[in-house]
Amino acid sequence: MLLNIDNITVSYGGVRALRGVSCQVEEGEIVALIGANGAGKSTTLKAICGLVRPQSGTITFDNKVLNKMPPHKIVSLGISQVPEGRRVFTRLTVLENLEMGGYTRKKAGEVKDSIKNIFKRFPRLEERKNQLAGTLSGGEQQMLAIGRALMSKPRLLLLDEPSMGLAPMLVQEIFTIISEINLAGTTILLVEQNANMALSIANWAYVLETGEIVLSGPAAELANNPDVRKAYLGE
Amino acid sequence: MLLQQLVNGLTLGTTYALIALGYTMVYGIIQLINFAHGEVYMIGAFVGLIMVAVYKVNFFLAMLVAMAVCVPLAVLIERVAYRPLRKSTRLAPLISALGVSIFLQTLVTLIKGSPNPLAFPQVIQDTVYVLGPVKFSTIQVIILVVASLLMVFLQFIVKYTKVGKAMRATSEDYETAGLMGINVNSIVSFTFALGAALAAAGGVLVGMYFNSVHPFMGVSVGLKSFCAAVVGGIGSIPGAMLGGIFIGIVEVLGVAAGFDTYKEAIAFGLLILVLLFRPTGLLGLPIQRKV
Ligand SMILES: Nc1ncnc2c1ncn2[C@@H]1O[C@H](COP(=O)(O)OP(=O)(O)OP(=O)(O)O)[C@@H](O)[C@H]1O
Ligand SMILES: [Mg+2]
Repeated sequence: MLLNIDNITVSYGGVRALRGVSCQVEEGEIVALIGANGAGKSTTLKAICGLVRPQSGTITFDNKVLNKMPPHKIVSLGISQVPEGRRVFTRLTVLENLEMGGYTRKKAGEVKDSIKNIFKRFPRLEERKNQLAGTLSGGEQQMLAIGRALMSKPRLLLLDEPSMGLAPMLVQEIFTIISEINLAGTTILLVEQNANMALSIANWAYVLETGEIVLSGPAAELANNPDVRKAYLGE
Repeated sequence: MLLQQLVNGLTLGTTYALIALGYTMVYGIIQLINFAHGEVYMIGAFVGLIMVAVYKVNFFLAMLVAMAVCVPLAVLIERVAYRPLRKSTRLAPLISALGVSIFLQTLVTLIKGSPNPLAFPQVIQDTVYVLGPVKFSTIQVIILVVASLLMVFLQFIVKYTKVGKAMRATSEDYETAGLMGINVNSIVSFTFALGAALAAAGGVLVGMYFNSVHPFMGVSVGLKSFCAAVVGGIGSIPGAMLGGIFIGIVEVLGVAAGFDTYKEAIAFGLLILVLLFRPTGLLGLPIQRKV
């Protein structure tokens, strides 16, 4: 198992955001984490990356415990995140954003090669490589955020609502890209409100409700579950 | 006459700019007004003085030694007095900074034995160069050249090097910088180091220029340079340079116009005026997204 989250609780001040969440991600899979606003999806991803600390429970990646590791060390283990709301560095150029994504890479030549590969996948970014990221459209920023996260050559890619605020055409494109990234060998943990899309590309899925996992199973099975259809697929 | 005052103002202003850069860079990264920055400048001046007076080294070498001493000092201050407080209220590190500032003033006074100023040995042959209606002294030329070189060097680091880009990324979004694999704590240390190197150089230059070094010299210069950083737009590097020069020139012109009793107040008056019309300062960035 690549990632194992075992019974973690996370609080913000007095507010319990996660109450004993457990979930697993197998190497090579796409795992979806779905749930309503405020369920604790982003908090789960932040806990994996070391941006918030679990009060109890353990998070292990490749058999290494992440609980107390600083974020930059977690990145060098091979975990990378596309954060909610993209969070590109608006005052840096597209190229500089990608360079920051490759910050942990030692060899400048490898960084250059990776940038070339990202530009192959996202030609629009190459056309705008010297533009400040803040001047990109929402869709372009999302592509930049994904490209930036790929720069560290992660084994596990965490995506927090990559379809948020995008036109349907673009949502389709982003999900196709996510599948391609997975086919190329990167394991993916995908947080989405767009449960329909997420379940259509995932192998396995978890449903989070007010800080607790209430359901889990093969994605196709959850997609046919009447409760899930009612709560998250708008039926 | 006016041209001469402009030259004098520019000289003074570049020294404010050197110090203002430290305030603005640190604020840009951790939103802290580092009140102990003026004391780093003061200690830089003392180290320079000791090197020149006691060890009889060359002026430029003395400046390098001052920088080499102040860099670890500033890194240590951040490590001991600010980092443990980073997760507490915003007021706590501010008060800690004031504490460090008072501590260093007192410490230097104790070691030195009195708060009285020391004269800086005039090791530089002070020739006066005449260029049309303006006169430059050797020291003025040195200040202008050294300060400009340092600022160009700083711009180069921030714009083109990997660590400089990481500084900009961290200053825009601390949390996301960590997600890139940037060790944000070492970027913070690096920022303090850069600011301290510039302040130390400034201390030695000013000590030489005004021929006076004392334990409280960082107070007024520190405040004025802080004003310069805010006038230029706190967080903006070109802003700090512009703000410093602006305040230096206005101060010298004000004194020349007969307002010398208000000399110390000019920077603050300017600060209020600029903020009234441009709340983010001359080159200020739009209000930052806070995370
Ligand atoms: N920094 C914070 N301080 C205090 N409470 C927080 C903080 N971040 C999240 N919370 C709370 O924790 C709970 C879970 O938030 P989280 O952002 O993980 O939800 P989410 O599932 O990602 O929601 P969304 O779909 O809206 O992004 C919410 O009740 C939220 O209000
Ligand atoms: Mg969220």
